[in-house]
Amino acid sequence: MTATAERAALRPFRIEIPDAALADLRARILHTRWPERETVDDESQGPRLATVQELARYWAEEYDWRRCEARLNTYPGYLTEIDGLDIHFLHVRSQHEDALPIVLCHGWPGSVVALLKVIEPLTEPAAHGGRAEDAFHVVVPSMPGYGFSGKPAAPGWGPDHVGRAWAELMQRLGYDRYVAQGGDWGAIVVDLMAAQEVPGLAGIHTNMACVVPAEIDRLFQQNVVGAADALRHLPAGLSEEERAACAQLDFTWKHVTYALQQGSRPQTLTGLADSPVFLAAWLIDLEAKGLALISRAFAGGEEPLTRDDVLDNVTLFWLTNTGVSAARMYAENSFSFFGVKGVRLPVAVSVFPDELYLAPRSWAEQGYPNLVHYHRLPAGGHFPAWEQPASYVDEVRTGLRSLR
Amino acid sequence: MSVTSDAAAIRPFKVETSEADLKDMHARIMHTRWPEKETVADDTQGPTLATMQALAQYWAHDYDWYRCEARMNQYPGYLTEIDGLDFHFLHIKSKHENARPIVICHGWPGSIIEQLKLIEPLTDPTAHGGTAEDAFHVVIPSMPGYGYSGKPTEKGWGPDRIARAYGELMNRLGYDRYLAQGGDWGAIVVDLMGAQEVPGLVGIHTNMAGVVPAEIDNLFQRNVIGAADALHNLPAGLSDEERATCEQLDFTWKHVAYALQMGSRPQTLTGLADSPIFLASWLLDHDPRSMALISRSFAGVPEGLTRDDVLDNVTHFWLTNTGVSAGRLYAENAYSFFGVKGVKLPVAVSVFPDELYQAPKSWAEKAYPNLVHYNKLPKGGHFAAWEQPGYLVDEIRTGLRSVR
Repeated sequence: MTATAERAALRPFRIEIPDAALADLRARILHTRWPERETVDDESQGPRLATVQELARYWAEEYDWRRCEARLNTYPGYLTEIDGLDIHFLHVRSQHEDALPIVLCHGWPGSVVALLKVIEPLTEPAAHGGRAEDAFHVVVPSMPGYGFSGKPAAPGWGPDHVGRAWAELMQRLGYDRYVAQGGDWGAIVVDLMAAQEVPGLAGIHTNMACVVPAEIDRLFQQNVVGAADALRHLPAGLSEEERAACAQLDFTWKHVTYALQQGSRPQTLTGLADSPVFLAAWLIDLEAKGLALISRAFAGGEEPLTRDDVLDNVTLFWLTNTGVSAARMYAENSFSFFGVKGVRLPVAVSVFPDELYLAPRSWAEQGYPNLVHYHRLPAGGHFPAWEQPASYVDEVRTGLRSLR
Repeated sequence: MSVTSDAAAIRPFKVETSEADLKDMHARIMHTRWPEKETVADDTQGPTLATMQALAQYWAHDYDWYRCEARMNQYPGYLTEIDGLDFHFLHIKSKHENARPIVICHGWPGSIIEQLKLIEPLTDPTAHGGTAEDAFHVVIPSMPGYGYSGKPTEKGWGPDRIARAYGELMNRLGYDRYLAQGGDWGAIVVDLMGAQEVPGLVGIHTNMAGVVPAEIDNLFQRNVIGAADALHNLPAGLSDEERATCEQLDFTWKHVAYALQMGSRPQTLTGLADSPIFLASWLLDHDPRSMALISRSFAGVPEGLTRDDVLDNVTHFWLTNTGVSAGRLYAENAYSFFGVKGVKLPVAVSVFPDELYQAPKSWAEKAYPNLVHYNKLPKGGHFAAWEQPGYLVDEIRTGLRSVR
């Protein structure tokens, strides 16, 4: 075998975390030194001390990583080197040979863990309320710097590069016609796969449509500290739905400080490597609705996202020490988060009501000239594969049906 | 004695750190789990891993907090309750009868430690190159949430309220005519003392003049992520000096993610309480020029600041567990950092070349109609009291000579 072929080889990979790493994690959680309580009676300063303390208690006393590890290891996992970097991925083939191959793209602070619930319904639809012709062969890669993928040692792994790497991965797996799905960074990655028309890609499904018109996108980008008074300077002629989306964008752009910090000074966030509780607080400080959902889970509420769901993801970040390397994606990025990326391929859009912003159909039609599906869901937010897997699976099946 | 006068009592305070706290800090530094190295060959992603590891090495093996503690305890320290909160301050009276009282206001990530080098030259000028007429009675308070001052448990301690509290402190010490000096937040505090004309204040000295014209201030606030293309949209008619200042503001406003993070989500930064190394890297990463200066001292090139200077300040934050509470000042603030605050009292301005921006004389004259002194220094940056105390002492003496 040549060196090139060796690097391109698919090497089976099982997760086997040493006991010592888990003991160290637990010791650090138990020895957490806390800040004082927030000075407000809500979550407007970030995850509340009581929430994070309850998370720490559960994490140290009840949480079982081995359960999550075993679950991850029930799926075939591999490493393969692409563009000089090891990429970890799960590859779960359907028993239906003619199933449509799909690459599921996670974002931040996501991981393969946030996509596990949808693997079986997508690969074996007949056993999960679907039909055989809805079957997918599922590929779930970890982004560079995330999970068990390698950590880039030099700049250059922006989302466009990740998009090309996913295409190479699909080709390497023998898929010469496939689709791609994503949310958060994954949505940007699938948009950029489509905009670059990577070989073999037939179309995409996104649950975070990037369709904000350039003028409006720029207005909110100028309003990070509120200095553009954006909602009073909207272009004329917007529909009610578009105005509502603008109000959501206004809020979102005023709450992206974590993204700006990671984008400008990721290395300063050394505490993500050193303090498990800080890592947890940083990762759960999502947009307001996501944080509220997670906080309710730790307050004992019956939520679609369980405490174990949340901690599976945080623990994966901890054990792989990827807080800082994952943050670097923001420093690598040169694309607008929500702006139009120039996709001509077929696109299916699902709009979940608690998403950062609800992409109006009018914008989706302009942003994606080949829009094959647009649907607004009744429940769910920024991480639908994690918190609303059934709706997500329905949407992927329905949205991409015409591309088979 | 009534309850009110009890609260207003001035109680002597000595810094006495327990051995156990120092041992715990040492153990945490030794057990730091590190992120990978930055992906660049410079410090554009934040303090480099090598810098932080050199800092940790020195902090754990060579650094002696008790030296700093003894130095602080040389000066009379007190607590007094103002507006429901304990304020810690040093109060050093000059032996010169006609000395003028001055309150010296630190900022973030500063503390009283930053100001210690000024005390003797200001109180005892005849022993430090000055004349008896240059003597000051020096008061150095810690801001709410900083050092040994109390931590607010509710919202409301913005810089304007701090300004009023400092006015009250000076009055309580029996000073009915006094001056104020500040940089960073301290500059905003003294501007707001001036703008509010707190009782007894006769003038201020600032080493970070708040003088940016409203139109330009707004332009750069809209340019935090570069979306306003500010340097191509400057107002017409600027002088070369003003244009150069605009370039500095452009750079500065693109490097304020730390400020925005603390302003919007201070509670998320729990790692500042839990990880000494994260606290250190967060405090080092103020602005790129200051960071370069501080980093050099750990790379063996002391310039103005020694390693002990840097670690005295960081250790002070650590031992008082004030990373998060100090960060909250950004959340409390409703003022433009560099904008005009409306000061009519006499103002002396010193402009250091490595400051975040060099206030042009033209702007200083407009913003401070009673500008009594303006001088550009050959050396020094954002933390003038700490790194160039000789220059700053000269500036305070000269700048405030006419304000009596």
